[in-house]
Amino acid sequence: MSSRERILGRVRRALTDVVPDGRTSTEAVPRNYLRAHGERSTEQTVQLLAENLTDYRAIVHRCDAEQLPDLVMRLLAEHGTQEVLVPSGLPPAWLSAADPVRLADRATSTAHELDRVDSVVTGCTLAIAETGTLVLDGSPGQGRRRISLIPDHHICVVRVPDQVVASVPQALERLDPARPSTWISGPSATSDIELNRVEGVHGPRKLDVVLLG
Amino acid sequence: MSGTFVGMPAFPEAASRAVRDATLRGNLRHATHTIRAKRAQAVAELSDWAALRTAGMRIKEHTLRHLDRYLVQLEESVTAAGGTVHWALDAEEANRIVTRLVQETGESEVVKVKSMATQEIGLNEALAAEGIRAYETDLAELIVQLGKDRPSHILVPAIHRNRGEIRDIFRTEMGRWGRPAPEGLTDAPAELAEAARRHLREKFLRAKVGISGANFMVAETGTLVVVESEGNGRMCLTLPQTLISVVGIEKVVPAWRDLEVFLQTLPRSATAERMNPYTSMWTGTTDGDGPRTFHLVLLDNGRTDTLADRVGRQALRCIRCSACLNVCPVYERAGGHAYGSVYPGPIGAILSPQLRGTASAIDASLPYASSLCGACYDVCPVAIDIPEVLVHLRERVVEGGPAVREGNRVVLKPAKGHAAERAAMRAARWAFTRPGALRAGQRLASGTRRLHPRTLPGPGRAWSGTRDLPAVPVEPFRDWWQRTHGGKEGTG
Ligand code: SF4
Repeated sequence: MSSRERILGRVRRALTDVVPDGRTSTEAVPRNYLRAHGERSTEQTVQLLAENLTDYRAIVHRCDAEQLPDLVMRLLAEHGTQEVLVPSGLPPAWLSAADPVRLADRATSTAHELDRVDSVVTGCTLAIAETGTLVLDGSPGQGRRRISLIPDHHICVVRVPDQVVASVPQALERLDPARPSTWISGPSATSDIELNRVEGVHGPRKLDVVLLG
Repeated sequence: MSGTFVGMPAFPEAASRAVRDATLRGNLRHATHTIRAKRAQAVAELSDWAALRTAGMRIKEHTLRHLDRYLVQLEESVTAAGGTVHWALDAEEANRIVTRLVQETGESEVVKVKSMATQEIGLNEALAAEGIRAYETDLAELIVQLGKDRPSHILVPAIHRNRGEIRDIFRTEMGRWGRPAPEGLTDAPAELAEAARRHLREKFLRAKVGISGANFMVAETGTLVVVESEGNGRMCLTLPQTLISVVGIEKVVPAWRDLEVFLQTLPRSATAERMNPYTSMWTGTTDGDGPRTFHLVLLDNGRTDTLADRVGRQALRCIRCSACLNVCPVYERAGGHAYGSVYPGPIGAILSPQLRGTASAIDASLPYASSLCGACYDVCPVAIDIPEVLVHLRERVVEGGPAVREGNRVVLKPAKGHAAERAAMRAARWAFTRPGALRAGQRLASGTRRLHPRTLPGPGRAWSGTRDLPAVPVEPFRDWWQRTHGGKEGTG
């Protein structure tokens, strides 16, 4: 007998006291928790996102489409960026004023090559206000998971208000489970040394979030 | 479980050693108190905490009641998404599978995301025996691995080490494993983190094989979820060509939607954050993004035996948030190592003896490593009644009774005259002679039980508004113990 059959057999024998009711988890579980916490206007939700991101030591900027190229240019310059990673579907206008050399996100780049890049600019799929979280799912404009991980500096552009949801439940219902997703709440951090929060152990140490709209 | 902790003294001896270690006690006290206070605040932010807690409990309960169905569904979804599923009855089989998978890649080193399942089976040691080096990449795990130490907490495994000790470990050990610590390394946390970043980055960038656990697996979609802070998880999950995840069968949840409950309750219960810095979700493999090969090893290793126990099976609901450790007066004093298992604290006291059986002295004594104060139940985001299971397991140790071991129904003999009983008695004596350990928890609570409010004042009100506070036992355990001479008179 295979281990698979054995384990499943043991599970079934362990549950002989349970009367199967054929219900799905959706039917069997009370869902009387909230879909979002509190009543907020759209602007207040965006404001909450900004506050929670800041609370996690992301640096939040707001601008409109016209100001964006200059803002991106300034953020890259402040970081001293020589080379910037650019996912394929990123609107070219976003980087139209920036000086650094643009490197395309390619499947063939090695991790060592990516490690030499200073910054990355990406969009996102959505952002969650209540938790201060950005969600990337690898769509064009966001790139492969590793490009927002290896460079030390990540600039993420969120279109407000249409990419902003209030809560975790609202986020999950908008995501496609088939796509790999990365949820980012502030820069990489550890509290392993006497519970002191230290930013940037392995991911980007600096996270600039641009709320565009 | 593996022999990782074989030779551990029973809980009371290990604990009394820990209690005499002032540094360890200081570190632990600072850590647990800090997290505890922050957690209460993070929880108070969610006015529907009680509803989320109930939903989390019910999702897990429902899953366990139909575990065969959901495991088969998970296997189908993972396979359909391009992954390969393996089943492992015990630690040995899981280690064999993983070793073979690594050997098939031709590699002799792997990077690892912190995973309790792989610690439970002693994977690093098994790989080492076959000439494969496994690098732990979580900062705390790195500290533990370099220090040839054992983790002492589920979430902050090096909580027992202070910064001076960490600096010393980095200085002397890093060079033996790769990039040495920089000259003149001080004990500033930022410098220590930087040293770890450089040391580990070398390994991430060349790694071809990653090994992880998972916090959740979604049966409906085949999605695996890893929740972390540092980004080492993302490194291990996305940079290597081959990813091998070893996950306990109880980690499955039925539907994508179920994640909305746990992604709210887990971070707040664990590190007291609204959300942990990074969460990774992947479904099989994705062309051109991340590993090209994905293996999922589903691990039993005593879980089906635990499932067979009608009282004890609730321990399988655990989402490893570690909130119960941070509130436990016994853990705070004894430290994680005393539990002789990768699962310390209150959850360890009920999980380890079920996964491993109560044959050894340490396992027989674990159900006594508690004051039954009930704080662990109050904070548990999936409402595991830890005190109930503790009492149930104590009865089993002292009186014997039916149980399932490796899939077979057995009748355990009462521990009378056996090592187990002696261990239990010593544990009890240990606890009873430590005025702080017990009285802080349950004696005071019992003494004032009539004064206890049914709802909490202040910010706790929303939380307790829809549920009663747990009743304080009429008779403290130690009184019961003394009255009945440790249950030998059969009452209780
Ligand atoms: S038993 Fe509950 S509180 Fe303890 S680690 Fe598990 S889920 Fe968290």
